[in-house]
Amino acid sequence: MLAPHDRIFTNLYGHESWSLDAARRRGVWSNTSSLILKGQPWIVEEIKASNLRGRGGAGFPTGLKWSFMPKPSDKPHYLIINADESEPGTSKDRDILRFDPHRLLEGALCAAFAIHAHTAYIYVRGEFYSEAQTLQKAISEAYAAGLLGRNACGTGWDCDVYLHRGAGAYICGEESALMESLEGKKGQPRNRPPFPAGAGLYACPTTVNNVETIASVPEILRRGAAWFNQFGRPKNNGTKLYCISGHVNTPCNVEEAMSIPLKELVEKYAGGVRGGWDNLMAIIPGGSSTPMLPKDVCETVLMDFDGLREARSGLGTAGVIVMDKSTDIIYAIARLAQFYKHESCGQCTPCREGTGWMARIMQRMVKGDATIAEIDHLLELTRQVEGHTICALGDAAAWPIQGLIRHFRPVLEQRIEQFRKQAKAA
Amino acid sequence: MIKLTINGTPVEVEPGANVLQACEQAGVEVPRFCYHDKLSVAGNCRMCLVEIEKMPKPIASCAQPCADGMVVHTDSPMAVKARNGVMELLLANHPLDCPICDQGGECDLQDQAVAYGFDRSRYAEAKRAVQDKDLGPLVKTVMTRCIHCTRCVRFVDEICGTPELGGINRGEKLEIGTFVTQPLTSELSGNLIDICPVGALTSKPAAFKARPWEYRKTESVDVLDAVGSNIRIDARGNEVMRILPRLNEDVNESWINDKTRFACDGLTRQRLDQPYVRRDGKLKPTTWNEAFAAIAEKLRGSTPQKIAALVGDLADCESVYALKALMLAIGAPNLDCRQDGAEYDLSSRASYMMNSGIAGIEDADAILLIGTNPRREAALVNARIRKRWLRGGMRVGLIGPAADLGYPYKHVGTTSQSLLDLMNANTAFGNTLRQAKKPMIILGAGVLARQDGAALHGAARLLAQTFNMAREDWNGFNILQSAASRVGALDLGFVPQTNGVGTRGIVSACEQGQMDMLWLLGADEIDMTRLGKTFVVYQGHHGDAGAHRADVILPGCAYTEKDATYVNTEGRPQRANRAVFAPGEAKEDWTILRAFSQVIGKTLPFDSLDQLRAAMEKSCPVLGNIGSRGPTAPWPIAISNECGAGLYVTQAFAPTIEDFYMTDPISRASVTMAKCSLVASGQAEGAARAEKEVAHG
Repeated sequence: MLAPHDRIFTNLYGHESWSLDAARRRGVWSNTSSLILKGQPWIVEEIKASNLRGRGGAGFPTGLKWSFMPKPSDKPHYLIINADESEPGTSKDRDILRFDPHRLLEGALCAAFAIHAHTAYIYVRGEFYSEAQTLQKAISEAYAAGLLGRNACGTGWDCDVYLHRGAGAYICGEESALMESLEGKKGQPRNRPPFPAGAGLYACPTTVNNVETIASVPEILRRGAAWFNQFGRPKNNGTKLYCISGHVNTPCNVEEAMSIPLKELVEKYAGGVRGGWDNLMAIIPGGSSTPMLPKDVCETVLMDFDGLREARSGLGTAGVIVMDKSTDIIYAIARLAQFYKHESCGQCTPCREGTGWMARIMQRMVKGDATIAEIDHLLELTRQVEGHTICALGDAAAWPIQGLIRHFRPVLEQRIEQFRKQAKAA
Repeated sequence: MIKLTINGTPVEVEPGANVLQACEQAGVEVPRFCYHDKLSVAGNCRMCLVEIEKMPKPIASCAQPCADGMVVHTDSPMAVKARNGVMELLLANHPLDCPICDQGGECDLQDQAVAYGFDRSRYAEAKRAVQDKDLGPLVKTVMTRCIHCTRCVRFVDEICGTPELGGINRGEKLEIGTFVTQPLTSELSGNLIDICPVGALTSKPAAFKARPWEYRKTESVDVLDAVGSNIRIDARGNEVMRILPRLNEDVNESWINDKTRFACDGLTRQRLDQPYVRRDGKLKPTTWNEAFAAIAEKLRGSTPQKIAALVGDLADCESVYALKALMLAIGAPNLDCRQDGAEYDLSSRASYMMNSGIAGIEDADAILLIGTNPRREAALVNARIRKRWLRGGMRVGLIGPAADLGYPYKHVGTTSQSLLDLMNANTAFGNTLRQAKKPMIILGAGVLARQDGAALHGAARLLAQTFNMAREDWNGFNILQSAASRVGALDLGFVPQTNGVGTRGIVSACEQGQMDMLWLLGADEIDMTRLGKTFVVYQGHHGDAGAHRADVILPGCAYTEKDATYVNTEGRPQRANRAVFAPGEAKEDWTILRAFSQVIGKTLPFDSLDQLRAAMEKSCPVLGNIGSRGPTAPWPIAISNECGAGLYVTQAFAPTIEDFYMTDPISRASVTMAKCSLVASGQAEGAARAEKEVAHG
């Protein structure tokens, strides 16, 4: 169990004020300038050494991402902080924004400095209205205290932070769609290459990081990579915010070490599955995009990038959605399919046409109004979408259905047979 | 050069090429819908997926830059499976209404479905239906067929500079349309029909008229402006059904303007299909012999000094040459091919054409437009300027009436005073021109018809010299003609001969009763009310202004009905080919002149088109270089201290073309063009009204 003093997000539950004074009492903005004065290479190396992997879902090593940024040139560099947290089952960034915004701003300065950026944009999900207000107040506080702006924090580095509110499209959390949106265009993902580090926002070198990633940075720099490394398995180091929701007794957000067993996480922090562990049907471990895990896998699986990948799922955003035996598992996934159909940007063919098709078949599967062969067809369809799209939304739409068919095919077949019987009787 | 392997074949490509282009270079065809080599890469149809070794997923080849050592497979199981999957998804919501679709037979979706589709649909759900959009009189929409490749969106954004199309809604509900209901305003909108890979955007005028395999295809050139766009004429029976562009990178690239494409219905209306003679004030049908006899009789009672001939805007080189030969045989010196009355220095070929060429625009880094609206006068020249502008590092200045050209420009002024200021004062745009490495001026031929046209031409020459536009390696002095016949006729010297007068002199002589006969070779743009009692012969194909005034009408051929040579504004001779036969008794124009010469006993020395061409090319060798501009005309054009003297510095330049859709006898006879004109003027009125309302608060 993670010791209280090893926690980064010490105001995760909002017991204390978010304001600058309170944040300073928690150690935020304590020796930022001395960290920054150690220089860009040191920061990047320290983050590389810490094995911090992106907390937005893909788990790309943060230090490595920063090292892709080119040397300073006549083009401005940009830091974008992705606060468009929209993944169903996930609510970690929101609590950072509203309870600990200064931790994020301190991280913004460190990261901006590390990638030679004088400008950082925080793209906040449109629905996070009061969170955006809090964040804006925190930004103003930081400017007033000289922590941001010209000669930020006395480091000699100019760093402006702008808050931008999205308009409530899930796809704008995809980094390239986010940049399009930020540029004032329709939020549609871009083709890669070029990657953001080469040509991102306004075709300038850009790094896009998740809120949690950026907010973890100052603490890692303060305490050292070795401290961060002691948590979790190799290459999956550090602490992580988990969001546990669904059929548990006490749904919560919690900061824990990486690689904690899923069962321990649910039992210890969320008060266990409603009706006891044996009442568990399945868990979606990393937000709605990741394939669900049946109970037997949940017994032993470790909550980290590699552990969950081995279990043919993913850590994603660590939004743990627990489903007990009362769940209509087909309906649950049909609802997710509906979500992805609604949120597909429509730009590329497989996702535009595939999400709707899959959602419609899933709708029929809920009733059982389908054929057994259609289960295989549906699976094939997910493979036609997966990996063929511009961005990962196609994958995200395909995976939950693949997880359902992989682990609960008998339930689907049973539902179909039941429907047939009823139809015959009628 | 980058080396990579495509299906086991090594290829070398230029840096910056994408994998799809490399595949094409290797002779491997990759299916695609959204990719178009003249548009930006969207990578959204996902049909061009290929397998690249060391990459875990199939890659959209259009959006993937080539890298050294890449190993690409376009026919591996992974690539083929991916395309099959994409094709099934594309067809899922497609209506599959090929039997009633005008795209049928020339549809990319149809063709590629043969290669990659299944033989049946597995889509058991209700299909999507999308409301059609009204894009105006030219482009018909059946939006349910749309596969959202966004070629049309990118076309209007990038090529036209009129960003009026876009996608609204998202996901399955994504629809392409104008955001607010309004017709397209671009002169290039017809190209949307060509670039749409499916039957979503088709030709409204040609809807349900014919199937593509019924057409007889003839390669030719357009004459409705001076660009000389390369076209393909599709005819069925003896009717021109539609006109499509032909690729010519130096001239029109893959595009044509809407007049070129859609004015062809004017070829069947208002046609002169038999000779007429005016008797008792009325035009009466007659025979060729009687028509010729009437002219011959008039000639006998006249003297050569009182005979004149004018060449119209659509005349071909062969008939111009024949008419000149006829007039010289008669001894008539009053010839002119500039029916707008322009009179300027013609001492060099360089003084009346676009010397840097249309493709030369892409090399320029500063362009000054003088008294021209290229969007209306030569829409494809304008598209070329926009293309250059999009690449960056080029500024445009305009002296003349402000207009929406589709790219930003510095409005330097509205009178020729600005021309002088550029040379003599320290102005911002003057500095731009001074610093430019390849500066260019484009002088609209229309404004040369002003009374001070010659002075204007002189000032422009001086300007070209001042800003070092006339060098060994670069000639930035450009006259933008708007009549297809003009450069060819000037090359042939159809201008006043010794003791002869030009258009202005001819018309005023007619008015004063000093001209006995005026031969109009398709000339309809002069003021017919000023011709007094002059005996007017009209030789042409349409019953327009000239024919109404004529005393004798000799029915000729339109450009689709004869083999003929035209020289475009950049001095490039090109051949038009006969696609259909002229109606009724109409004859090819040179044969009319040849026949008439015999009637008056001055038989012209050619009996066939080949003989005529040989004689013509002997007298004007540049006309023999079909398709090529040949060596650029020699500079310097005469520059003297008097250049620019006599400029009307206070008189603002007026627009040369008010109505893009109605500029010549063919487009004036076209119903489609009339509709376009109405819609465009409605927009102009609406815009003016809106402006007024804003002004009045």
